[in-house]
Amino acid sequence: MFGLTRALILKRVRFEAVSVAPVPSRFALSPINQRRWRNFRANKRGYWSLWLFMAMFVLSLFANFLVNDRPVLMSYKGEWLYPVFVNYPETKFGGFLPTTDYRDPVVQKEIDADGWMIWPPIRFSYNTHKLDLPTPAPSAPTWTLKDATCRAAALQKGLHPAPGHACGALEWNWLGTDDQARDVVARLVYGFRISVLFGLILATLSSFIGVTAGAVQGYYGGKIDLVMQRFIEVWSALPQLYLLIIVASVIAPNFFILLGILLLFSWVSLVHVVRAECLRARNFEYVNAARALGLGNRAILVKHVLPNAMVATITFLPFILNASISTLTALDFLGFGLPPGSPSLGELLLQGKSNLQAPWLALAGFVTIALMLSLLVFIGEAVRDAFDPRKNFG
Amino acid sequence: MSESAPLLEVENLKVSFIQNRIETIAVDGVSFALQRGRTLALVGESGSGKSVTALSLARLLPSGAKVSGSIRFNGASILDNSEAQMRALRGRQMTMVFQEPMSSLNPLHNIEKQIGEILELHGTRGAANIRARVIEALTEVGIPDPAARLNALPHQLSGGQRQRVMIAMALVNRPPLFIADEPTTALDVTVQAQILKLLKELQAKLGIAMLFITHDLGIVRKIADDVAVMQKGRIVEAGRTIDILSHPQHPYTQALLAAEPKGRALPASATAATLLKVKDLRVWFPIKHGLLRKTIGHIKAVDGISLEVREGQTLGVVGESGSGKTTLGLAILRLIRSQGPIVYLGRDISTLDSRAMRPLRRQMQVVFQDPFGSLSPRLSVMQIVEEGLALQNPHLTAIQRRERVAEALAHTGLDPASMDRFPHEFSGGQRQRIAIARAVVLEPKFIVLDEPTSALDMSVQAQIVELLRGLQVSHGLAYMFISHDLKVVRALANDLIIMKAGKVVESGPAAQIFDNPQTPYTKALFAAAFNIEAVPG
Repeated sequence: MFGLTRALILKRVRFEAVSVAPVPSRFALSPINQRRWRNFRANKRGYWSLWLFMAMFVLSLFANFLVNDRPVLMSYKGEWLYPVFVNYPETKFGGFLPTTDYRDPVVQKEIDADGWMIWPPIRFSYNTHKLDLPTPAPSAPTWTLKDATCRAAALQKGLHPAPGHACGALEWNWLGTDDQARDVVARLVYGFRISVLFGLILATLSSFIGVTAGAVQGYYGGKIDLVMQRFIEVWSALPQLYLLIIVASVIAPNFFILLGILLLFSWVSLVHVVRAECLRARNFEYVNAARALGLGNRAILVKHVLPNAMVATITFLPFILNASISTLTALDFLGFGLPPGSPSLGELLLQGKSNLQAPWLALAGFVTIALMLSLLVFIGEAVRDAFDPRKNFG
Repeated sequence: MSESAPLLEVENLKVSFIQNRIETIAVDGVSFALQRGRTLALVGESGSGKSVTALSLARLLPSGAKVSGSIRFNGASILDNSEAQMRALRGRQMTMVFQEPMSSLNPLHNIEKQIGEILELHGTRGAANIRARVIEALTEVGIPDPAARLNALPHQLSGGQRQRVMIAMALVNRPPLFIADEPTTALDVTVQAQILKLLKELQAKLGIAMLFITHDLGIVRKIADDVAVMQKGRIVEAGRTIDILSHPQHPYTQALLAAEPKGRALPASATAATLLKVKDLRVWFPIKHGLLRKTIGHIKAVDGISLEVREGQTLGVVGESGSGKTTLGLAILRLIRSQGPIVYLGRDISTLDSRAMRPLRRQMQVVFQDPFGSLSPRLSVMQIVEEGLALQNPHLTAIQRRERVAEALAHTGLDPASMDRFPHEFSGGQRQRIAIARAVVLEPKFIVLDEPTSALDMSVQAQIVELLRGLQVSHGLAYMFISHDLKVVRALANDLIIMKAGKVVESGPAAQIFDNPQTPYTKALFAAAFNIEAVPG
């Protein structure tokens, strides 16, 4: 019986000591990715840009502990309090307001008498209005002020600084204040954070939708492809800006409404690339081999076809992130963006434009935006190098 | 210069490439000489440095290459020439033809423009003059009715015609030296024979020296006066073709000569049960036209083919490119749509949907031609081989799957310890073994082998044929072996069908057909494959 002998042969082979290599760690980088990481690091500018950007971004994520108008930690009448997390009413400290203004000298005096406070390095939040400015708002950076100007303000607060050190005695605004007496540094830090977060969320969501749409079009092809392709052509011809202006005039846009509206249009950017890659990949022999193994369409799409498109997607991602951030900034600059009072780089630029006598506003906004976008472009270049197949295999 | 001085003299040529500060030596001290009017063949497997040698003669290597030694052409040192001097040489004094006729012609220009450009660059003036010379060159290379084809674009020509145009381009300026880098490898056997004959005739007529680069010793035997065998960047043996091929001295040459797949298939038992039966199978692609996409005709890729595969035996499917043999294989595996019953073990599978096909997939597997395209570069060998296993035997644990994969790799002659490496770390032959392991691990009954040896070196081909034969015995496999290479088919097939333009030309037991082909087409095919000279152009 042939089947029997065959089973015997197989059995015998199975009992032979076939050396089985140990299972590799799940988190080990594949050789291709190791080579990509090496290529990425070889681009020094991009590599350092990534570190600098990550440092800035992580610091800005902890902005509430670094730049805030509330103490990080305090002790009052033997009780530990966490004002950053908990909104204590002023009644707790002998006042009457529903929230506590920890910058109020009266409150400070009360707390210091019965405990202590640990303040962040910069004692302003993005919406803190400074009430005792030495000059009318927008006020220049404190270190540029004349000693006489500072002295007048210091005397008003009941301080008597030594001659020549009047400005040192005041609370500093490193980059001045804007026209509503808010600290520019605080607004920059929070504005950077909201811009990057907005960009990241928008880029991630639009890549997700774009990749899915592109993969479906490219892999299935035929009528689905035709219909969706025509739809995308019509869709991307809609005037995005006018639509935004109309929506902004009907409902006050907030973070998520803006995100939604921009998402409606931004997902289109990746579709073409992914579609082309999938059209190419679905005819690869290994895709055919997977079909011959009995894999379903979805499994083939995810496991064999999409990885080809991911290279293009990841290469594009920093640039999409860049575009998302610039769009938000532009909308804020035009006044159709985030609601009034939000920390926003575009709004800072707008203030700079309307207050040409206060160049620190425009300069600070410009330098921050330029730095952020340049870093992202440098990172994008390095990512592109890392995924360049010619550098990998040539 | 005296008559006896060689046209081309290469001495101690060394070429190396530097990448990531690692120097790779491609050519390591090669010396040879080529007399006027003679043909020297450089023979070697892929990676032996033969193409790099050829490119360095025309100084066409990429900028990262380091070249040393001396190349004297017509008494002048090539390596000391300026770039301008080289430009004057190329296309006038020395010309090249490459392997791939699809990509060596610019698809946007007609052939008159492409051939005329070379004439113009090297001093021929006047449109009428150039046209006359182009027509003459096309006549020489045997393009029928050349005056009418001047405006033809490359895609309107067949592969053989394209290669003829390339040769016309190369010879139109009557260069003393002609370098042909595997000019026939991408062509069908019958076309291959025609091109070789043409080259030999033109060489005799024009008295040019030819440097012929190939991996195929059969071609060397037919065309070359002298031969130099290359291995790993060195010439291991050189001399007159007759001497070397009949009395090889170096073990590598001997191995190369012995590597041609030999022997016949294992004797088939006539009583073996039928595994798969196909009757009147058709794969027609509709040609649609107009606004309403009305079907106005069909491309008949497979047009009414009937065949039978028996358990444990091999059916060879032979045909030239475009004859529909790959399409036939895909249709039998139900990877493309077809009409006509496909009966597998008594059950018609031609109407099953993909879900119902899934359990059958483990019994019917496929190995493709290109070992570089058929393995996903992003998955490790383990992941590639286990993929089908995980799907078809879901009850296996990860450790059990690993054991089965290791076993399959061991069966196909690979080290199981290398299973976590990635495909690019393996050679072509090893990759083909991985592809075979992927099919074998499911313990199938039937494997479609779609040109599994065509992309491999000769010696590796023989190994793969041996492996396939061994697996057939140990696993009781039935093969459908699709190939254009008759030597390989002869070594494996019990039965044979010869295809042309989607139809069967001849079919029957392999031994019978090989010994006594009946139809003219089969006779021409065999003549081209086994004895290249015998084919009229």
